[in-house]
Amino acid sequence: MKTVTLTMKNKPELILECNNVTPDAFAGKSLADIGRLEVYEGKFRAPLADYFEIAGEAGETAADTRIVMKGDCKRVKRIGQKMTAGEIEIEGDADMYIGGWMEGGRIHVKGNVDAFCGMAMKGGELLVDGDAGNYLGAAYRGDWRGMQGGLIRVKGNTGNDTATFINGGTIIVEGNAFIHVSTHGEGGTVVIKGDVEGRVGGQMVKGDVYVFGNIQYMLPGFKYMEDVEKEIDGTKATFAHYIGDLGERHPTSRGQTVYANLYVKA
Amino acid sequence: MAKVITGVGCPYCGASCDDIEVTVSDDGTKVLEVKNACAIGNQVFHHASTPGRITSPRLRQPDGTYKEISYEEAIDRAARILVNAKKPLIYGFGSTNCEGMSAAGRVAEKAGAVLDNCASICHGSSFLAIFDNGYPSCTLGEVKNRADVIVYWASNPAHAHPRHMSRYSIFPRGFFTGKGHMGRKIICIDPRVTDTARVADIHLQVQQGHDYELFNAFRTVLHGGDIPDMVAGIPKEKILEAAGIMKKARFGTVFYGMGLCHSDGRNHNVDIAISMTRDLNEFTKWTIMAMRGHYNIAGPGVVWSWQFGFPYCIDMTKRDLVHMNPGETSSVDLAMRDEVDAFVNIGTDAGAHFPIPAVQHLKKHPWITIDPNICMASEISDLHIPVAVVGVETGGVVYRMDNVPIQFKKVVEPAGGILTDEELFDKIYERMCELDQEA
Ligand code: SF4
Repeated sequence: MKTVTLTMKNKPELILECNNVTPDAFAGKSLADIGRLEVYEGKFRAPLADYFEIAGEAGETAADTRIVMKGDCKRVKRIGQKMTAGEIEIEGDADMYIGGWMEGGRIHVKGNVDAFCGMAMKGGELLVDGDAGNYLGAAYRGDWRGMQGGLIRVKGNTGNDTATFINGGTIIVEGNAFIHVSTHGEGGTVVIKGDVEGRVGGQMVKGDVYVFGNIQYMLPGFKYMEDVEKEIDGTKATFAHYIGDLGERHPTSRGQTVYANLYVKA
Repeated sequence: MAKVITGVGCPYCGASCDDIEVTVSDDGTKVLEVKNACAIGNQVFHHASTPGRITSPRLRQPDGTYKEISYEEAIDRAARILVNAKKPLIYGFGSTNCEGMSAAGRVAEKAGAVLDNCASICHGSSFLAIFDNGYPSCTLGEVKNRADVIVYWASNPAHAHPRHMSRYSIFPRGFFTGKGHMGRKIICIDPRVTDTARVADIHLQVQQGHDYELFNAFRTVLHGGDIPDMVAGIPKEKILEAAGIMKKARFGTVFYGMGLCHSDGRNHNVDIAISMTRDLNEFTKWTIMAMRGHYNIAGPGVVWSWQFGFPYCIDMTKRDLVHMNPGETSSVDLAMRDEVDAFVNIGTDAGAHFPIPAVQHLKKHPWITIDPNICMASEISDLHIPVAVVGVETGGVVYRMDNVPIQFKKVVEPAGGILTDEELFDKIYERMCELDQEA
């Protein structure tokens, strides 16, 4: 695997939108060609090289290309958007839409990210060492197809609307989440290892949610069934199993109504 | 001889009453008397002919004072600011007509700006819910003629929309509602004992910020499930009683307001209200309606959806690729995150309504206020351009809260020959085209 290193040299006055920073866009290009890829600061279009020092070498294919981002990328949006293969490593913080609509490959952010990361993700892996903002792995506005595949792991906390409209894939939050987890979910798995304030599984049709900590306000539409033993992300424990949302529509499969499952660690 | 103009629309709240009678002076310059309007509406008409109106654009001087300048100079400055900014934001439209909104849309597209309206800090969360979950709504005429159960959820029309209850919901006698309020059941759901709660048959005093749980309980009951003895501070029997009344309605409407849109969860509070309305349609006819605040704040949603495909938070910086994502492209978020470098405040008062850090960020860059009145925004801007008061000094198309278009009338001539919003934006557009050609 070959590596291209981008080091921020001229920070944007406003904010930078870098949907061209993907292994897919870099693969097979010379450093000069990579430097000519367009980025946006508001309505102004500029070459990538205006903002970043570019070094290294890109691979022949996306899968063979690794991008390392150094310097202050806190105000850089859309890194790794729609990528299908390869790797991106961001050494500090990054802004919104990191790994949005991503289909494959791996992104590792060593700092924090803002909202809408992993939006409508289809595959691949997004790892955030710090916190993530609102709408982690959620759907775009008005879309009923949220996250459909892949894995998101956040070592810190998230805001609200984690996994809204999720229908596949896995999200693991090692810290706390605020409100609205898997709202409108129709599949997939969400694991919150810390606490959640409330509204877990509201309007949820199918899918699984695991909460290791405390849910401060449980929704009335979830009904306790029984205690079960489960091994989740390497932890074996007893969980209280609830089904719901009993206020939402549910499909039937082989004559049985299918509910969403909420497991709260006992 | 004074002249009486009938069938006038009131340019204040979202009830957009169109039965106002205005008496004007012989020379057509002064409003003498206003009939049928509520106290707020009455004031709006008289305010337009109060002495001391600003009639000329004003430019901030280095010593902090304002100096009067010509419209021509103001238009040139506004055009240059919009052309030169990397990411201008044009926000407001709480008090203007659809013609002005459409003209502003053309300017925003030319400027590669973000175009947004007051829904962004108001019923914008309703839009998000509607995108996600649909909008089983109706017109206010249908409510008046058909509804026998009314739910006011987290809204207080007694103060915010003073004639809403008498014109559309509780008191009017309609085609199938000949008994007026005698034939209607009113349910109010609000953490406060508001004046609306006082006229309701049932008041459920929901715990503040827990409406979502209460909706979830209603839905669970409607789906035949059981709920805990107490949800969001409301005992189970009260929920069952209210759900029973709602199921037995011939025609019901949920009117909801800011209590849902601006407590935690925002769009999802509306989202689940829409889901509940859908559930109720398994039993009988139910509809839902946002209590839109201003007389034409439904207008930009309609006009811009037609022009650009989105109702608000429209990022046109990529020119041919319009993008909308509230939370990112919404005015307050853009300002809080310091993402814009020029600001046009039109027909609203961002100075009063935005969080202080947002105003501080916006103030670092050129700030233009377009408004007939002196307001906090006009007092902190670099350029203030006065315009005619819509609904008083100029007419135009207005969308009522139920998205019904109404032609508003002009009752007096614009003070001191000031321009309308539409004329002003058209001139800014022309100037931008000229600057383009010069470059
Ligand atoms: S209810 Fe609203 S629209 Fe009607 S007169 Fe009063 S302020 Fe004007």
